[in-house]
Formats: sequence, C-alpha cells, structure tokens
Amino acid sequence: MASVLTNLFDGVAYGMLLFVLACGLAVTLGLMNFVNLAHGAFAMAGGYICAVLVNNSGWPFFAALPLAFAGSAAIGIVLERALYRHLYMRGHLDQVLFSIGLVFMSVAAVDYVMGSSRVFIKLPAALEGQIDLFGVGIGRYRLMIVVICGLLTLALQLILAKTRFGSRLRAAVDDPRAAIGLGINVPQVFAFTFAFGCGLAGLGGALSAEILGLDPYFPLKFMIYFLIVVTVGGSSSITGPFLASLLLGIADVAGKYYVPKMGPFVIYTVMIVILIWRPNGLFGRTAAR
Amino acid sequence: MTIALETQGLEKSFGGLRVTRDLSLKVTRGARHALIGPNGAGKTTVINQLTGVLRPNSGRILLEGSDITGLSVHKRVLRGLSRTFQINQLYADLTPLETIGLAVSERMGRGGDWWRRMGTRDDVNAEITEILSRFHLLDAMSELTSTLPYGKQRLLEIAVAIAAKPRVLLLDEPAAGVPESERHDILAAVAALPRDVTVLLIEHDMDLVFSFADRISVLVNGGLLTEGAPDEVARDPQVRAVYLGEAADA
Amino acid sequence: MTALTDVSSQAAAGARWRISEVVFWLLALACAFLFPSRYLIMTDIVRLGLFALSLDLILGYAGIVSLGHAAFFGVGAYSAGLLALHGIINEPVIALVAAGLVAAVLGFLTSFLVIRGVDLTRLMVTLGIALLLEALAERFSDVTGGSDGLQGIEMQPILGLFAFDMFGKTGFFYSLIVLFILFLLARRIVYSPFGLSLRAIRNNPLRAAAIGVPVNRRLVAVYTLAAFYAGIAGALFTQTSALASLDVFAFERSADLMLVLVIGGTGYLYGGLIGAVVFKMLQEFFQSLTPQYWLFWIGLVLVVIVLVGRARIHRSVLFVPNLIIRQFVGRKAVVVPESDAS
Repeated sequence: MASVLTNLFDGVAYGMLLFVLACGLAVTLGLMNFVNLAHGAFAMAGGYICAVLVNNSGWPFFAALPLAFAGSAAIGIVLERALYRHLYMRGHLDQVLFSIGLVFMSVAAVDYVMGSSRVFIKLPAALEGQIDLFGVGIGRYRLMIVVICGLLTLALQLILAKTRFGSRLRAAVDDPRAAIGLGINVPQVFAFTFAFGCGLAGLGGALSAEILGLDPYFPLKFMIYFLIVVTVGGSSSITGPFLASLLLGIADVAGKYYVPKMGPFVIYTVMIVILIWRPNGLFGRTAAR
Repeated sequence: MTIALETQGLEKSFGGLRVTRDLSLKVTRGARHALIGPNGAGKTTVINQLTGVLRPNSGRILLEGSDITGLSVHKRVLRGLSRTFQINQLYADLTPLETIGLAVSERMGRGGDWWRRMGTRDDVNAEITEILSRFHLLDAMSELTSTLPYGKQRLLEIAVAIAAKPRVLLLDEPAAGVPESERHDILAAVAALPRDVTVLLIEHDMDLVFSFADRISVLVNGGLLTEGAPDEVARDPQVRAVYLGEAADA
Repeated sequence: MTALTDVSSQAAAGARWRISEVVFWLLALACAFLFPSRYLIMTDIVRLGLFALSLDLILGYAGIVSLGHAAFFGVGAYSAGLLALHGIINEPVIALVAAGLVAAVLGFLTSFLVIRGVDLTRLMVTLGIALLLEALAERFSDVTGGSDGLQGIEMQPILGLFAFDMFGKTGFFYSLIVLFILFLLARRIVYSPFGLSLRAIRNNPLRAAAIGVPVNRRLVAVYTLAAFYAGIAGALFTQTSALASLDVFAFERSADLMLVLVIGGTGYLYGGLIGAVVFKMLQEFFQSLTPQYWLFWIGLVLVVIVLVGRARIHRSVLFVPNLIIRQFVGRKAVVVPESDAS
C-alpha cells in the first residue's frame, strides 16, 4: 500500500514537472497554431545552464534555477524575433521541418560543447534521501518539485485569471483576429509568452536533470511527451495540459513500475486512442472544424 | 409534378444559434428554382446540408424520393446531386482537361483505375470532348486553370458540375465577381442547361434570379419566409420589407 | 472528330516518356559501371531513393504529412530479417515482396487512424505509431534481438542464381532493379485516373468529394501503397546489409526522409531519387568535415531551406535543377503549398 502511494507521489511529481516543461508549447500551439517540435531544446538549454553554474562555477542549486529560467527565456526571445515569427503563417509541414532542424542543431551543438554523456547536477544535501510521511516514503527532491511546480501552476493560473496581460492572452488565444480588432498587440503578447514558456521549459529542464536525465538527446527523447501533454490536454486553457501532465506522469511511473517492459507501449497506445476519439484533446473545446 | 429534391423539417444549430429553422422545400423536376435571401439568411448552411458537408440536427433530405440525409458528399454526387462553388475552388494546378477528366472518370466509376493511363478510354474521352466543347473550353484545355481568365474559370466551374451528369444541380452564385463583359457567357451557359436537369439557384443578384427562375423561395433567418412564382414574390410586401430594409441598412 | 483525337492525345500527353527520363535511368545504370568501388554507398542511395519515393506518394500526391514513415521501413526490415534468419522464405525476391506486404497490411490498418483529423493529429498519430513499434521491438527482444539487432542473417542467392558478394555488387544491381520496377509502377499509378484524383485531394479534399471522388477510400489506398514501398525499402536494407536493428524505427530516419524529399521537391516522383543523391553527398561531405556532428549541418540545411522558403528555393536557387525537372515532367515541380495547413 505504501509503495502504491509512493509511486502515486512520484507520478504526481513527474506530471507536474512535465507540465512546467510543456505548458509553453500549449501557448505556441494554441495561440499561433505553430507546431514547435524544438520546445525540448529550450528545456535542455536550461538544464545545461544550471549544470554548468552548479558543477563548474560552484553556484548553489537554488540560485542557479532562476538563471536557468532567464537564460532559456533569453534564447527563446532571440529565436522568436529572429526566426520563429517568420513562420507563423506557413503551413505545418514547414514548421515541422524548421523545428526538427533546430532540434538537430541543438543536439549536435550541445554534444560538441558538453559531450554526449549524461550530466548530473550536484544537489544540496538537504534534497537527498527520503522523508517518511505517515509510513509513506517520499523523496525530498520530488517533494521540492511538487512544491515548486505547484506554486508555479498556481501563479500561472492567477496571472491568467487576474492580470491584464492574462486577459489579453486569453482573448488572443480565443480568437486572434478579434483580439487584433480589440487593439491587442498579438505579436507582442505572443513574443512575451513564447519567451516565458521557454523560460519555464528551461526551469523544468534544470529540475528534471535528476529525474529524466540530461543529455544532448533530451529534446528528441521527450518531444513526444511534450506533444502528448498539449494534444491530449488541448490548448484552449492551462487546466487541460495540467491534467494531461498529471495523467501522463502517473501512468508513466506506474507503467514503468508495474509493467516495466510495456510502459511506453501503453502510453503511445492511449495517446493514439485519445487523439482518434477526440482530435482536439480530452479537455479541449470540441470546435466544429 | 414529381419532386426532384425535397427537404423535410430541416434543423441546424451551431452552439445555441439556430441557422436553419424547420425548413421544408420542394423542388419539382425540371424546375428553375431560386433560393434567395439577404446576407446571413443561412443560404450557405442550407447548401452544405444538401450536399452533405454538414449534417442537419434533424429533418430529412430526399433526392427523387429516396432519403440521402445520411450519405457522404461523394455518394450524393454519384446519385445525381451536383453543385458549383461560389468562391473559386477549382484546382489551380490542374488543366481543364484534367479537371473534367477527373469528374467524368469518377462518374463512370473508373476513378479508381490505377493501372490505366488517362486518355486511353474512348467513352471517357468522348464525354470530356463533348463537355469541353459545350462550354467553349477546348482551346484552353491544356492550360493551367490558374492562368485562365476569370470568366473561363466560372464556366469550368459549371462544366465540372455538369460532367457529373447531375439530375439536380445546385448553382451557388454562378456569376459572382464576373466582369460585365464576360457575364453574358455565364448567363448563356446557365440558360442552356439541359431542361431535364433540375436547377436550384442560390443567388444574390435579383436581375439574374428574375430572368432565370420560374419559382422562388425566400429564406430569412434560416426559415422559409415565402415561396411562389417570380411575380408573386416580387409583389410580396414581406419580401419587399426584407430587401428594402436591408438596402436601407446598407 | 478531330477534337476527340486531340483530347485523347492531350490527356495521355503527361504519361509519355521524356528523353530526360531515359537519360536519368541510363545515368543511374552507368554509375554502376563507372564507380565499381562505391557499390555500398550507391546501394544506400538507391534504398533511400525508394524510401523517399514512398513518402512522395503520400506527401507529394496526397498531402499527408507523416512524422513516422520509418514505421513501415522498420517493419519491412524486420520482416525480411526474420524470414531469412529463420529460413521461412529463403529466396530473397519472394521474401522482399512478403516483407512489403506485411508493411502494407500495417499501412492499411493504420491508415484509418491517419486519414482522420487535421495535420497535427496526423503528425502525432504517425509519430506515435513509429514509437509504438520501436517500443514493441524493444519489448520483444527475444524475437527482434533488442538493441543488438538481428544477428547472423545469411542471405541466399537471388532467384537461386546471384549470390550476394562482399563488394555489394549484386546488392546494388538487385536494389536498382527493384527501384526501377517499383518506379515504373508508381509512374503508371500517378498518371492514371486514380493518381489524378490524388492530386485533386491534395489540392482540396472537400472539392474532390464534390466532384464525386471517394476521398477516404483513395487516401487509404495510397497510404497502404506507400507503406508497401517503404516496407520494400526496409527489406532491401536488411537484405543488402544483413542487418536489422532498433534504429530502423528511429525518428531521425523519418525526419531525414522529409529532408530528402524537400531537397528534391515533391510531387513528381524523381524528387525522392534526386533528393537521395544530394542528401547522401551532403552527408558524406559533412561527415568528412566533422564526423560526429553532421547532424548539426543537416539541421542547418533544414532551417535554411524553410526560412528561405521551399517555393523560392525551387524557383530561384534551384533554377537550373528546375529546368531539368521540367524536362522530367513537362511542368514545374509541385512544391506542397505553404498554406496547406489543414
């Protein structure tokens, strides 16, 4: 029983991490209808920034996390302004080719600079080991992830619901043309959101090095996971991707634990079934397309 | 009088919006029937339901007495219900010859032939020739459709629909956007449609409607306002109110 | 009836062989005798060309964007490997066809999932199917050999006459002949009424249905056919290299394939073949620059091609190649339009 709860907790932690990693992609797809397969590259960037700061420069882990966010966001805004924005009006085939190209470049570049082996980030001693909560073993590191990601999710929800920027973003996702008509500067809103999404991915990348593993092939390995979160969750709100992330996280951990060899098989099958059943995602609007 | 096309109590809503309200239409065989209505009356939604692009929420559609409500788009075409498109949806990088050839092949049930090259069946070729010459497209048959003058493209639009040998033809604003100089060709082609083909004309242009139709249905807010012979409809105070009201708004 | 004869000859005009096409195939054959030391890489090119031809059938002719075409390549590769390894079918040509058919069955079954939905769903479903198969192959490692791949495949002589040699000469001629035969079949198909209806569907599926084209049935048919072609390409891979490992399903393989087709241009059959030649030459070149990091350069090529615009590349940068292409088809190569979003 205790191991079930431990696994459940691990799954929740994993799911929340996936959400932080992928929620930027939900905006890219929902707002600009842009298929960005390179989203994982920004996560990888954050992970390596954190690793270099902690391992090579001796920064404390918690001080490096904001830098991972800022660094990825900066890369994100540069690429958005320089490259991405030229492709919003193109067909999906072009977007796919372009972002695959970016993934390949990032993989090879990181491999060249950092080497191809897995990188571990030195964690503070306070985050190692487990604590015992009512007989359930809970990893300290995972507990920290749940806390950080949970706070981030709440903050995101508040920003979206309460701030002026949030309402502009919601209006723009809902109907970009109407939003432009209302005088909302959609490209600016998008550029900012894109950078923020990349920053979150970078933060997620730094946090996930311990759990998912960090190596140059990260963007390729987890591309499908991010896409699952967004397509299964739908891109009309952040609640959908959040629930999809939790579902995916719990299913993946449970799958690896209970049916170790069938894990990925189950996930891909479920994804295909859901997409056939509801092409706009489980929690998406059933738009009459 | 036999009925070629009929709708019974057609209903369609998007969200909470009823765009087709209890629409019952009867188009008699061989008729030149026009469906008119102000912008936003729901004419396009009606066409989309007739052709199978949209499914009605309730009600039935009958083609020559048999229920086609549940049939897919291409099956309705093969049953003899064909349409033209209002905005240009022709194949830009196909030639008129290929476009007509495709329609004729499909109607003859040869569209799935994968082992036979185009142009090797005499019956298909004869029919392509007949249609291209009837619509004065023989000269331009091997040019890309996108390079044809607009008037020729509109003719090709009607020619494709006719190539499916329809018994009922839906003409969706056939002369929309055609320059005055080329308009005559379109009107002549429409007037020259075989009498055994039933035509339902969806049109905005009142001159065209009154010169062509022998019966007119007026659609307002998704429901049938009135129906009758052209002179009756022209005199109808409700119709005048709708159109004059629209003109006053514009 | 001069109009009738005119119509029939014009209608059949597209399918007539052009001199440049004959030259292309003669050149391909000449390579076999000009570069006897390069059989292995030339076999690689031929296989890749066949694989790209398969993608062209669904992308260039039917407009289906697939991120997981390696699924069928992989199934073909493993089928051929298992047939040879367990001595089920020893004659390579029969085994080749059998492997293609296995891939075609998979293509047929999955086509119903793929033809539904918009581009994004198609991307996810095709990608998911390839990943699923990779996971399956990993799971059943007792059958597939897992990450080590199938070991100890021994190929019997083709038709019982031509043994595979260590220089790859037999393998090359075998691959080239298979490619040529399948190319002839594809050429036949794209100039048929069926092929014409595919071009119409890619342009505008709704309009095609309004002309009377059974859109879904045609898409199922062409997807199945493309799967058959990809399966044959995979089987050729196994038969000529006596290898089959998990990376036949890899995402990079599907991605590379799109690049091959984009380089060569879609929708005129030769795009995949020309693209395969250029791609392999690029790969050789980049690998000689930085053996380990050629992925970077391939990525860069993709990014540049898209940013410059595929249409513009095919108009200006490839002006001379386009002249050649026009010789092949009598019209410009069709670049899948940039606004083909949904």
